Amino acid sequence: MDYFLSDDVKAIRELCAEIAEKHIKPVREELDRENRFPHEIMNVLADSDLFRIYIPEEYEGLGLGSMSLCVAAEELSRACAGIATSYAANALGAMPILLFGTDGQKRKYLPGLASGKSLAAFGLTEPDAGSDAGGIRTRAVRDGDSYVLNGTKQWITNGGEAKVYTIIAMTDPERGARGASAFIVEDGTPGFTYGKKEDKMGIRASATRELVFEDCRIPAENLIAREGTGFMVAMKTLDNSRPGVAAQAVGIAQGALDAALVYASQRKQFGQRIDSFQGIQFMLADMATQVEAARALTYSVARMIDAGVRKFEKEAAMAKVFASDVAMKVTTDAVQIFGGYGYMKEYPVEKMMRDAKITQIYEGTNQIQRNVIASNLIRETASGAR
Amino acid sequence: MRIVVAMKQVPDTAEVRIDPVRNTLVRDGVPSIMNPFDVYALEEGLRWRDELGGEVIALTMGPPQAEAILKEAVSMGADQAVLLSDRAFAGADTWATSQTLAAAVRKLAPIDLVFTGKQAIDGDTAQTGPGIAASLDWPQLTFVGRVLGIEGGRIVVERYVEGGVETLSSTLPAVVTVLKDANTPRMPSLRGKMKARNLAVTTWGIADLGLDPSETGLDGSPTRVVGIASPEARSGGSIHRGSPEELAVILADLLLGEEAGA
Ligand SMILES: Cc1cc2nc3c(=O)[nH]c(=O)nc-3n(C[C@H](O)[C@H](O)[C@@H](O)COP(=O)(O)OP(=O)(O)OC[C@H]3O[C@@H](n4cnc5c(N)ncnc54)[C@H](O)[C@@H]3O)c2cc1C
Ligand SMILES: Cc1cc2nc3c(=O)[nH]c(=O)nc-3n(C[C@H](O)[C@H](O)[C@H](O)COP(=O)(O)OP(=O)(O)OC[C@H]3O[C@@H](n4cnc5c(N)ncnc54)[C@H](O)[C@@H]3O)c2cc1C
Repeated sequence: MDYFLSDDVKAIRELCAEIAEKHIKPVREELDRENRFPHEIMNVLADSDLFRIYIPEEYEGLGLGSMSLCVAAEELSRACAGIATSYAANALGAMPILLFGTDGQKRKYLPGLASGKSLAAFGLTEPDAGSDAGGIRTRAVRDGDSYVLNGTKQWITNGGEAKVYTIIAMTDPERGARGASAFIVEDGTPGFTYGKKEDKMGIRASATRELVFEDCRIPAENLIAREGTGFMVAMKTLDNSRPGVAAQAVGIAQGALDAALVYASQRKQFGQRIDSFQGIQFMLADMATQVEAARALTYSVARMIDAGVRKFEKEAAMAKVFASDVAMKVTTDAVQIFGGYGYMKEYPVEKMMRDAKITQIYEGTNQIQRNVIASNLIRETASGAR
Repeated sequence: MRIVVAMKQVPDTAEVRIDPVRNTLVRDGVPSIMNPFDVYALEEGLRWRDELGGEVIALTMGPPQAEAILKEAVSMGADQAVLLSDRAFAGADTWATSQTLAAAVRKLAPIDLVFTGKQAIDGDTAQTGPGIAASLDWPQLTFVGRVLGIEGGRIVVERYVEGGVETLSSTLPAVVTVLKDANTPRMPSLRGKMKARNLAVTTWGIADLGLDPSETGLDGSPTRVVGIASPEARSGGSIHRGSPEELAVILADLLLGEEAGA
């Protein structure tokens, strides 16, 4: 389907496809097996300017917006969702600064992130606070010109690899959700260490790690926006990054469909290609239709964001839910089309099915996304907007 | 450091088919690419430009479509691109090609270094680099597997020659022909691709180079390709199956039989 993408965005797709072919496909299986962070590939992406695309031009980026990030995340995920996660988590980590940082904070951090010389991460989740982010316990206490952080963040993508962390912590626990604030914490700050490295089902070429703050003192100027706006910052950050997760899901699904199509044209049973069986043909037709629908929805939200529409929470949630459910379904069907071979690690669809699962869980589970969609619908109805 | 990288557009296959009647290459349906060795020549130029500062100028002689490899060079980081294109250049042999490319290098003066690939995968002569050096009367360093350093007006390289490695030092300017061992070519960058898209490639014809038609193209070429043919396909070898012991006997018989026959 032709989405009439700009020449710049087409160039991004082309470049990512070339990187996927030359640098990602040859190593994805090994990185997955060894649970290894793709340092070399991050360098290739950096040298190719891919960390610049979503950062404004005044901070040494290319200012190509949400659509550019979606297309990059999609195309990289088509080859390896783990590597794509390591890449896209930078946008998530940078988002609080991009959306709410002061000019000084932007000048200090964005050029480094644009060059890819430093990576970013976003830390909200804690052991006892996942979907219910209001339950976070990490504290930030003002002390003169600094804040002192104590607490533990869990399952932070790019943990240990990133140089710049945007962290949500409670400044005023009494006020609940209105008592949280967002901060920038740099790698190497005394009192900031890394804990457990997770051994995951999928996206194993991404680092998922614990962040530990023990009397970690950061300059007061590292506060993002104002005290008490932490949840608003976190929610807007996730709204803006969700189309990226949707795009990742579209890429995973497309990768699985590509593989299934080739396999079905080569595998013979009962003396004929299995793609001559209507049972297989209908699966392929449904898979392709679902992938295209997920892509169309995802790109539409990216276009809304790039056009400057202010309210897109519902649409971003819809794209994330739909695309991630499609990724799970399509990868499962791809394994089915491969039969027993699909269950084996020698073929890529086994990994794709494992990788797909995370897109239904992180950046807000699909249950939470459905809550978001429904509460928007109910609110719109009550206000007569529908 | 002003560096010229000479590059040739070639058909994308090492197994070029030959039209047996016309003695020419069959290019229909074969996509064109930058000669694989020239990607390494380009990377070598970019690498030293990045280290020492200066400029890399991508240069090719060819039809207007050869512009594609110049754009590719710019997307990888070349600063300028020059296309030598003129009907009068058509049909050039390695002599005429070298003369024409050398004339462009003179026009681009001052130039410190010319990198070329070791050889082109279609014409396969490996003469163009040396030809440019001869025409300019510059030193030539061929089959270079590694450039060790460029300092104080000299370049130090390793030539990978049969049976060993030769370390050579030469004054600049010089012409260097590059092997695939030299480096790992970089990927294009997005900013490079954006620049390449809007790039107006500088195109020079025979008048721009101040050459006479008798010096270029077919008229300037002492060589004529009179015949060109595909070697006969070799018949496959024979396959023997059996236990190691049985195979050892078969092999010994074959070798002894060969020796007896010789
Ligand atoms: C099948 C075939 C056989 C040929 N046989 C002969 C022959 O026997 N004698 C003869 O004189 N000619 C021959 N030619 C013509 C010859 O290919 C071209 O005339 C010449 O322009 C380039 O020589 P080459 O392809 O061997 O390149 P090489 O000399 O092998 O190329 C070495 C390097 O020179 C540079 N270079 C080469 N061509 C260009 C260019 N057009 N623009 C910029 N840089 C360039 C590149 O960096 C390349 O890597 C033959 C051509 C073909 C297709
Ligand atoms: C690989 C990986 C990487 C991650 N990266 C990051 C990161 O970089 N930064 C970060 O901050 N976090 C990160 N996370 C955390 C992720 O966002 C959370 O796992 C997610 O938000 C869900 O929280 P939870 O795992 O605690 O599940 P829970 O909240 O405990 O949910 C358990 C189940 O209950 C359901 N549920 C919960 N509440 C409701 C409800 N109200 N209605 C209906 N169902 C409900 C959920 O949908 C889920 O099915 C990552 C997680 C993983 C696994």
